[in-house]
Amino acid sequence: MSALSDKEIKNLEKKASEIRQSIIEMLVEAKSGHTAGALGMADIFALLYFHALNHTPENSHDSNRDRLVLSNGHICPVYYATLAHRGFIPKEELMTLRKFGSRLQGHPHRDFLDILETSSGPLGSGLSQAVGMALAARMDKNPARIFALMSDGEQEAGMTWEAGMLAGKEKLNNLVAIIDRNNIQIDGFTEDVMPLEPLADKWRAWNWHVLEVDGHNFEEINNALEEAKSIHNRPTMIIAHTTPGKGVKEFENKYEWHGKPPTKEEGEIALAELRKHD
Amino acid sequence: MINKTLNKKIFDTDCEQVPIRHGFGEGLLIAGERDERVVTLCADLTESAQAYMFKEKFPERFVEIGVAEQNLAGVASGMAAMGKIPFITSYAMFSPGRNWEQIRTTITYNNRPVKIAGSHAGISVGPDGGTHQMIEDIAIMRVQPRMVVLSPCDAIEARKATIEAAKTDTPVYIRLAREKTPIITTDETPFEIGKATIFYEHERPEVVIIATGALVHKALQVAQNLEKQNIGAIVINLPAVKPLDEKTILGVAERAGAVVTVEEHQIAGGMGSAVSEFLSQNLLVPIEFVGVKDQFGQSGTPAELIEHYGLGAKGIEEAVHRAIGRK
Repeated sequence: MSALSDKEIKNLEKKASEIRQSIIEMLVEAKSGHTAGALGMADIFALLYFHALNHTPENSHDSNRDRLVLSNGHICPVYYATLAHRGFIPKEELMTLRKFGSRLQGHPHRDFLDILETSSGPLGSGLSQAVGMALAARMDKNPARIFALMSDGEQEAGMTWEAGMLAGKEKLNNLVAIIDRNNIQIDGFTEDVMPLEPLADKWRAWNWHVLEVDGHNFEEINNALEEAKSIHNRPTMIIAHTTPGKGVKEFENKYEWHGKPPTKEEGEIALAELRKHD
Repeated sequence: MINKTLNKKIFDTDCEQVPIRHGFGEGLLIAGERDERVVTLCADLTESAQAYMFKEKFPERFVEIGVAEQNLAGVASGMAAMGKIPFITSYAMFSPGRNWEQIRTTITYNNRPVKIAGSHAGISVGPDGGTHQMIEDIAIMRVQPRMVVLSPCDAIEARKATIEAAKTDTPVYIRLAREKTPIITTDETPFEIGKATIFYEHERPEVVIIATGALVHKALQVAQNLEKQNIGAIVINLPAVKPLDEKTILGVAERAGAVVTVEEHQIAGGMGSAVSEFLSQNLLVPIEFVGVKDQFGQSGTPAELIEHYGLGAKGIEEAVHRAIGRK
């Protein structure tokens, strides 16, 4: 992990676009699944797996690899697509998403795909597991860093608060959490369903180092991840402001796209739009 | 005849009494000494859930989670993912009572070898009343795939169960009681996860009483009383509700031809249900269930509550007569 060159940024943009195209193709083929959050997190996944994380196909089971815990499992198309583009799994396998016998379960299940650090789906459960990993890594003087990805909707879950308090109490500086602050959840906009603001203040109150970034700006996200490394007495929370459905104008900022896939026709329009920027 | 390895003073009025949960605390300390991967997490009940001995010896391997049982399960899962063997301790009502879904999603679904110790199980918790009397825990734990469910009959068996649980690579639930109860077993009494043991055996048995937890002592008293009435009984101690020792259960049920199950738990979904699910597919045999009948507990002394809910010697003996009468 280090500062990004222009060339690296160009490459990350390309990777993110490829990941988005795979997400559309997977969801069209699967005929069910979550579109908005998956597209919105493509840039962050690209940065994590093509730059920031010490987790590669070569060290995928090493004890000191970095751990990524995806708490909001429903955005797994972006996770699977990233793993495929990074070489952890074959790209052809992406078309098996949500099908019987597939390793790519509708919500991640590590019984089926052992590269996954956790299984997830029920919201609110990821940060606790990441906190446990960070505690164990510290006990063992394991240099692994733990990254927890969460949705904003699951900031409403009591378990997230419990985990946030413990991480602050334990001063887990090997833990970085990222909130996908896209302002939507199934029932509508978060601030209508259950107001979360002031969100940053909540995490600061629990002794977290809190940063806010544009979740589509590679430099900003990377700088935040770099800054987290220099914080020695607290966990770091990165609130990433993202656009749900990012990359496809028709899907952007519409909570209706939280939990449905594009039809074949919608998918073709989306792919054409994404390819324009290649 | 009573199993020769049992405590010789078992029926004496001065039989030693120790809380089952205390055996867990001792076992946890031993497990911690034997394996440095063992860690303990507690949710603000370190003293009463008996984790204090471990905490004193291994403070660096102890985590205080606070009143946050959902987090307790999830954090333990994360530590297990890094190679630890976590024990999570609380009252059974809160863990696994409050955090059932977190146990499912983060522990059993993830296949993490977290050990869940639920103290203060059963109505014999007493004066604290119904909110604290967990009588549904066997049901909600045994229904989860991969979960081993242990329910030791005394402090010595709880110590052995805890030590053995630490050695397994599966999730384990250990059910523990609060009050002092008679010491039934000795260091010599066999214990193996998944094995039932005959604690009392008549040569011409008319009934088998399968018991789990502290009520094993009552079952043994009943067997003695029955012998005076010329009714032969077998008493099985069933410390593992899951996996079930099907071979032993089928063998004694065939010999006796009538079965009574005894537990400090709801009849619905409990140990008796597990036995019945198995036997009903393999043997035509009358089964009677001693347990709580779709009710909540209340305040009282343990003895008063055991009597009120029909779990004592009288209730067991009545069930024996019903079972034999249905042959």
